[in-house]
Amino acid sequence: MASSNSLMDSLFQRSLEDLIKGLRLGESTFISRSLEEIRREIKLTDLSTKSVALQKLSYLAALHGVDMAWAAFHAVEVVSSSRFAHKRIGYHAIAQSFSDQTPVMLLITNQLRKDLNSSNEHEVSLALECLARIGTDDLARDLTSEVFTLLGSSKALVRKKAIGVVLRVFDKYPDAVKVCFKRLVENLESSDPQLLSAVVGVFCELTAKDPRSYLPLAPEFYKILVDSRNNWVLIKVLKIFAKLASIEPRLAKKVADPVCEHMRKQNVGKSLLFECIRTVFSSLSDQETALKLAVAKIREFLVDDDPNLKYLGLHALSIVAPKHLWAVLENKEAVVKAMSDEDPNVKLEALHLLMAMVNEDNVTEISRILMNYALKSDPLFCNEIICSVLLPCSRNSYEIIVDFDWYLSLLGEMARVPHCQRGKEIEHQLIDIGTRVKDARLELVRVSRALLIDPALLGNQFLYPILSAAAWASGEYVEFSKSPYEIAEALLQPRTCLLPDSIRAIYIHSAFKVLVFSLGAYFSAQQPTSPPLAQESTSSGHSMVNGFTYNSISSLVNMIELGLCSLSGTIDVEVQERAKNILGFIGMIKHEIAEKATSQNSETEGHRAIAFMEDVFSEELGPVSSTAQEKVPLPEGLELNENLEGLQEICREVLEPMAESDYSSDKVSFSVAKLRIRDQEEASSSLPPPLESSSLLAEHRKRHGLYYLSSQKSEDHNDREGNDNNTSNEYPPANEISVDSFKPKKKISKPRPVVVKLDEGDEPKRKPDASSSNDESLSRAIQTALMGKGKGKEKEKEIVKENHEMNVDTENIEQSSRREKKNKKNGERSSKRSSRRQRGKEASVTKPVEVPDLLL
Amino acid sequence: RSEKRTQKALEGKMGIRFILMVNKQGQTRLAQYYEWLTLEQRRALEGEIVRKCLARNDQQCSFVEHRNYKIVYRRYASLFFMVGVDDDENELAILEFIHLLVETMDKHFGNVCELDIMFHLEKAHFMLEEMVMNGCIVETSKANILSPIQLMDKAH
Repeated sequence: MASSNSLMDSLFQRSLEDLIKGLRLGESTFISRSLEEIRREIKLTDLSTKSVALQKLSYLAALHGVDMAWAAFHAVEVVSSSRFAHKRIGYHAIAQSFSDQTPVMLLITNQLRKDLNSSNEHEVSLALECLARIGTDDLARDLTSEVFTLLGSSKALVRKKAIGVVLRVFDKYPDAVKVCFKRLVENLESSDPQLLSAVVGVFCELTAKDPRSYLPLAPEFYKILVDSRNNWVLIKVLKIFAKLASIEPRLAKKVADPVCEHMRKQNVGKSLLFECIRTVFSSLSDQETALKLAVAKIREFLVDDDPNLKYLGLHALSIVAPKHLWAVLENKEAVVKAMSDEDPNVKLEALHLLMAMVNEDNVTEISRILMNYALKSDPLFCNEIICSVLLPCSRNSYEIIVDFDWYLSLLGEMARVPHCQRGKEIEHQLIDIGTRVKDARLELVRVSRALLIDPALLGNQFLYPILSAAAWASGEYVEFSKSPYEIAEALLQPRTCLLPDSIRAIYIHSAFKVLVFSLGAYFSAQQPTSPPLAQESTSSGHSMVNGFTYNSISSLVNMIELGLCSLSGTIDVEVQERAKNILGFIGMIKHEIAEKATSQNSETEGHRAIAFMEDVFSEELGPVSSTAQEKVPLPEGLELNENLEGLQEICREVLEPMAESDYSSDKVSFSVAKLRIRDQEEASSSLPPPLESSSLLAEHRKRHGLYYLSSQKSEDHNDREGNDNNTSNEYPPANEISVDSFKPKKKISKPRPVVVKLDEGDEPKRKPDASSSNDESLSRAIQTALMGKGKGKEKEKEIVKENHEMNVDTENIEQSSRREKKNKKNGERSSKRSSRRQRGKEASVTKPVEVPDLLL
Repeated sequence: RSEKRTQKALEGKMGIRFILMVNKQGQTRLAQYYEWLTLEQRRALEGEIVRKCLARNDQQCSFVEHRNYKIVYRRYASLFFMVGVDDDENELAILEFIHLLVETMDKHFGNVCELDIMFHLEKAHFMLEEMVMNGCIVETSKANILSPIQLMDKAH
């Protein structure tokens, strides 16, 4: 059917216009039908038909998401036509659809070369456009000489486009620099504004990637900065100087004056003015006059009604905020006013500026203002506010916080903000403060209690991380709480069934800690020789529970037992296991409690059992340095690089004992220790001394891998003594005052609590960006080009050797020196001009600008 | 995922990344990319950006942040002109560029409207190609931009 109608089809081929009209009618199958037609038409030999088909296909691909990669070969065919209209269509299709993966890419090299050498400037410009869009390494390499020729073309249109394509060619094939750079620089001196605009644009991009290489060209740029009247050009030159001045401070001084001149002009365009301000803020901020002038001008932006100017004004202020906060403070009212602006972008900028102004003295005030805003805002902005309060406050181990009690209550308040979705960060900070700031633990427990006893919060899934932190803190620091019974009750309330199982497990475990603590208090209260723990807790002051009576302790135990017995049959293994552990423990201890009430026997089994448990929880958990893992010495004979796939088989059959390592380490240690106690209980009546539990813990740690890592000392310490000296090395215990954590405060009544910091750093290291080898070879090429071909070969070799020392790419250098020789032959025509220019450049270079060592 | 890949594709490049013309119903009328993206990446990108811009009103500023670059947009009647640029670019200059583009098209088509762009897409592309190469603005004079096109029209 298809072949017999081909003649008819080519006579009545739908044009692009017909296609568009058809599309507008909106039939659903129109596109697929048209595609079929196109597939037929494009295979015909007649170039006109083919090109119209290609044109329609390009349209569909661009606007309706149709794939056109299959037509790549046809595009090449169309481009080979001698008619300009066809070429136009072909090149457009190529530019739109070709990529590095296109297989027929090789076929167009010759076509491009032909068109680049054409006498018709429009054909040339088509080819240049195409090369700019799709240029690959190979194309760039093969066509460099053509581009070189065109850079010197007499026709401005062609030259301009050749300049435009240079960026791509340099990027893909750095050796092209050897050939083309000189001409590129020549164009900087051109008086033709068209060319200047293009050249400056190219240099702007090049400088942004690698400023140092273009420093020698500063005098040329300076001339343009002073002379040009074209805003576009000036903006680009300013950007160039922004990059150059940040690496060469003397340049900043020189450039400040012309920049101020531009700013002071009467009818300066807003875009130019903004660029001047931005340049001053980012790179010339040391120049006082310029800075003051820029700040004065930015105020005009801030108070303008145009939202664009307001936004940009705030944005510019945020650039200068880190080094010159006074500029922001001067404009404080405008910033605060912008917080209630209609435009969310403006509000966001204002928020960031507000937080930049925060310091120790005003953190409470600003946080108060921001929390008020948060309550009134939409969820997105509300969370932005919360996030931007959390971040600076926690920076550098809570540097700006003096009053931790207030901060903890603020965190608790955040949890109650209706739209709060920042549970994770708040959770992290609550736990972090708990481990680092000993004096704040009382307040932490108070805040946690408030969060735990409120049943309404259990319905909000965003708060679960916070609740988990609150539960953990309540258990870990139970000695600070006023009423452990209340805590335990809150932890086991019926509504906790809404919690996910992982958090439920934490709740249960904390309840266990509360139970152990209470039992310890109960048992020790009636001891003539009270163990040290009870004494410690009472000596820390704050309204401790004095002791439990038989009634109170048994009601606590009963309550816990009641709350947990329903869980002993749950599906989740974690929850079930923990519940069962506690229930087992309670079962064991229950009659001891009753015995306690009646007898005065000091050394009961129950007492010993309780003492073990207390020891289990007696270790204080502290922060671990992020680099601690790296400090672990690799044990002998451990092959880390081996593939562990072989274990898959084994693990699939056996129920995962490996999974245990995922659980929190202290839970594992607890259950193992507990089991051993139980075993021993069952096995014999004589009980091991209390010290054993710690040694069990230590042994377990040794076996399962440390979670407190020693810096140099290895595990052998653990076998020698059963006690916990293995944890003494990695982080300073909370009592120690580290040098940087204590700051003397003037007007605060309460001294700032000690915050534990880790010397090795607390934040994870950020990996440095790997620079691509292409960029390096490009900058080397530029540097060699600028050093001039006029100098002798020895100098070149010297410099080349120097470069070689810096980089390892020998091949490239050989290539480039070969190219040098070749170009010495080719460049004879303009050698006189170039050497004159070279001398001129050197002279001007040595005066105002500090020349990098390579040039001398 | 695909977002990351798009991000990677657009990383490290400077200047103008893409130019879009989209109408209020979300239909793309012109799409010019200065970096290679696959079809799905383009569609996803266009969809997200259009949604963001359409959600804003006229009292809000013309700049939207998207991933690691900025979108500068302006609405002319029923058509949104959106230019994606990297963080370093001067936003006001890009706004002026958009206006220049519209004025150029206006000069050529005479009271340009959406239909003109639809039916003469290649002319619009041609104008853009004169103005921007490799993501850099290389020509800002209306006369210079239009002269090749006028020559071509005469030749036909």
